[in-house]
Amino acid sequence: MAEPGDALRRTSLYETHVAAGAKMVPFAGFEMPVQYTGVIEEHHAVRQAAGLFDVSHMGEFEARGPGAAAFLRRLVTNDVSRLEVGRVMYCTMCREDGGIIDDLTVYRLADERYMAVVNASNIGKDWAWMAARKGAGVEFRDVSSETGLLALQGPRAEAVLAGLLPGGGDLGAIPYYGAQERTWQGKRVLVSRTGYTGEDGFELYCGAPDAPALWEALMARGGGEGLKPCGLGARDTLRTEMKFALYGNDIDEATNPLEAGLGWVVKFQAGEFIGREALLGIKERGLSRKLVGFEMVDRGIPRHGAPILAGGRNAGVVTSGTMSPTLGKAIGIGYVPLTHAAEGCEIAVEIRDKARAARVVETPFYRREKA
Amino acid sequence: MEFPKHLKYSREHEWVKVEGNVAQVGITDYAQSELGDVVYVELPEVGTDVEANNTFGVVESVKAVSDLFAPVTGSIAEVNPQLEEEPELVNSDPYEDGWMIKIEMNDPSELNDLLDVDEYKTFVEEESK
Repeated sequence: MAEPGDALRRTSLYETHVAAGAKMVPFAGFEMPVQYTGVIEEHHAVRQAAGLFDVSHMGEFEARGPGAAAFLRRLVTNDVSRLEVGRVMYCTMCREDGGIIDDLTVYRLADERYMAVVNASNIGKDWAWMAARKGAGVEFRDVSSETGLLALQGPRAEAVLAGLLPGGGDLGAIPYYGAQERTWQGKRVLVSRTGYTGEDGFELYCGAPDAPALWEALMARGGGEGLKPCGLGARDTLRTEMKFALYGNDIDEATNPLEAGLGWVVKFQAGEFIGREALLGIKERGLSRKLVGFEMVDRGIPRHGAPILAGGRNAGVVTSGTMSPTLGKAIGIGYVPLTHAAEGCEIAVEIRDKARAARVVETPFYRREKA
Repeated sequence: MEFPKHLKYSREHEWVKVEGNVAQVGITDYAQSELGDVVYVELPEVGTDVEANNTFGVVESVKAVSDLFAPVTGSIAEVNPQLEEEPELVNSDPYEDGWMIKIEMNDPSELNDLLDVDEYKTFVEEESK
């Protein structure tokens, strides 16, 4: 975690962002673009055409060797021992008591070579936790600062990327949550069909020094497809419409994956992992609260930290909320008691000392039309 | 960036247009551009008393909630009804269609505490350094 007073770090794309007129803000210890032309315009570009994000601040750790699979299996809740080469798995990493240390994706890049991609705000904490639990036969490296990461997202993402890669890049061969290496200008780029927006798209891992040229090339190719550079503001509204958890907002060490709606990445039947006993206990005793999505009925935008009332009593807390650009409604995510977690339940959010009516709704709030 | 000459300005980035005893209030072009896309405005009811330098409402962009401060003391004579449905007017037309409230002033001499256009320009330059 970055401490106040620490110098802000910059990604290799800093100069590119500033030259493009981005508004830079501190985020997770980095100086990052929050927007270029406007959050709403960038949001719509991703839903309707394509958007390009610099997410090089994310952390990447590589685990290699005969012990790598067992090492990672013990650390995360999902069954990475079943991960095939060229595939990606979303996971949580928990403490012994089931509290979430981080949410991450794990890539199997080769037989005995894995990559864990973690939140920028958690790089130091995760590294300390994981490195201390490294067993024999594992070479474990933090490659965060040498890795550049661009997210190309939206219905036109594939067309943009195909226009850049030799022979179209054979992108049809990369399934959802799959990742394969491609060559661009003699450089290796890991093309991963993943993202944080709810649209089709790719995350492109490259060497940090190569990221600005890749960015410029994508922007030059993508103009005709409606590609726009996008900042963290749009990344947040897009992920909120999908109810994708944001670490530090919706999940943290005081929450567990079961109540956060991430039970689908907790695989109890697949051997030992840290937090398994505690999470089994929580499952057997039953949850006390659940992370749900809701829409405002009264006027007002729910914000992180606002109290949620159920039956007039203080019952939970808003973890994320925004005015949804796609739906044109104020939406939120928060923890509520199980008694008020079903779709249609009426709750209230306290905004500026006033209880305002809201209703629990089905999530994700937004669903793209499948091609 | 627009800084109309005929307006008075507060250090909280509100503009004031005086018509007789009534002060029309909105936020400046600089303020709206700093905020980004405005998605929600909450204003007081007509008849509410407001006090100079105290909050009278909020303006929210996608990411941030900002308080609105009354530049003068008085009671709310009118609020802009269009902002409920079209808060984006604050971005597109901050000095005309994006106006927020009209205050029936108790003490028009409070206007002397506000900045004129040149003073406000200097204030913004200092603040954005």
